[in-house]
Amino acid sequence: MGNPQDPEFQRDVLKHALSLLEYPTGPVLEDYPHDAMESKKEQGQMACPVHFAVPKGELTDQDDLFMKFRSEYSLMQTWHNLACEKKNRSTSGVSGLTPNEIGDLFCNFISGKAEGTKIDEKQLSDILRLASEDLKAIYLEGLSVQPGQALDGTALTDWFWGQTHAALIINEVRKNCLQYAEKDMRLAGKLLLIPRNQMYRFNADEG
Amino acid sequence: MVRLSQYEESEREHLLKLPCPTYTSSPYVAGLKVSQSRIALISTAGLHRRADRPFGVGETGYRLIPKDVEAKDLVMSHISTNFDRTGFQMDLNMVFPLDRLRELEQQGFIGSLSEFHYSFMGATPPEQMEQEALQLAAILKKDQVDAVLLVPV
Repeated sequence: MGNPQDPEFQRDVLKHALSLLEYPTGPVLEDYPHDAMESKKEQGQMACPVHFAVPKGELTDQDDLFMKFRSEYSLMQTWHNLACEKKNRSTSGVSGLTPNEIGDLFCNFISGKAEGTKIDEKQLSDILRLASEDLKAIYLEGLSVQPGQALDGTALTDWFWGQTHAALIINEVRKNCLQYAEKDMRLAGKLLLIPRNQMYRFNADEG
Repeated sequence: MVRLSQYEESEREHLLKLPCPTYTSSPYVAGLKVSQSRIALISTAGLHRRADRPFGVGETGYRLIPKDVEAKDLVMSHISTNFDRTGFQMDLNMVFPLDRLRELEQQGFIGSLSEFHYSFMGATPPEQMEQEALQLAAILKKDQVDAVLLVPV
């Protein structure tokens, strides 16, 4: 559907697609004739008021990680609140947890305190997966309203997985999930928390 | 959708290895003119209203999305973390072009927009969703929908 906030392009895509319904014979397979313009890309490092980057390969101890994550998360929630006001919309909330509850959940789980957690009948594996998506949404939506930020999806997701403590937290959650005997937890750890194309950033063999 | 050539190599290879079903027939029905057609949107992006139950692993069912839903009430619980959700975060119409179809209805390009639209969760093998797909097809017929726009993740 092209680029975000480009209604003219989006309408044209839909018109072309719907027009295929009027072909007298089929099936019909056609390319949409125009490519979307490349979205604005950042040159060099993502601009951000606080620099979260962690040197590659460095793993802090648990308390240090939690402290840095909570500090970073608190800042991103401020930007996220602004994003919600500006756009009157957020895609976070699918887990049913508040932002603070998400942070507590992950820290408790990594610390081994979330055993048997069930929230509104959801299993722990589902809660962790959904909370992970909510956490990413909070960060990415928050970043998107910071001055001079790229709208490029690749740059945004590379920033999250490569430069935030939230990503390290999710990786710790992943590793813990892989230690469970339950199939759903192991599936979550193996496939449902970190995208395939970002796994190279973490030591996959630790799982 | 992005072209295969735009994917990173590992993702491209993964997608190319996915099984592509074949069919013994190619049924095709010439439909009404689009300007006379009632259109419904069906997504596989795992979308639903906030109050609805999130999709889970292996889920075969769908969720109902009313025509007048507000963008802020739609969330995504697709189980795969592998596709870029930033487009959805920035603009609902990147994934579920409901606003655009409303505009096309106002312009008279489509006959009308269905009262109800739907989303499945596309990480489940399609053949496992056949029953629910047939049920939904029956509902669409009763709702006098002439054509559906399938919008993938």
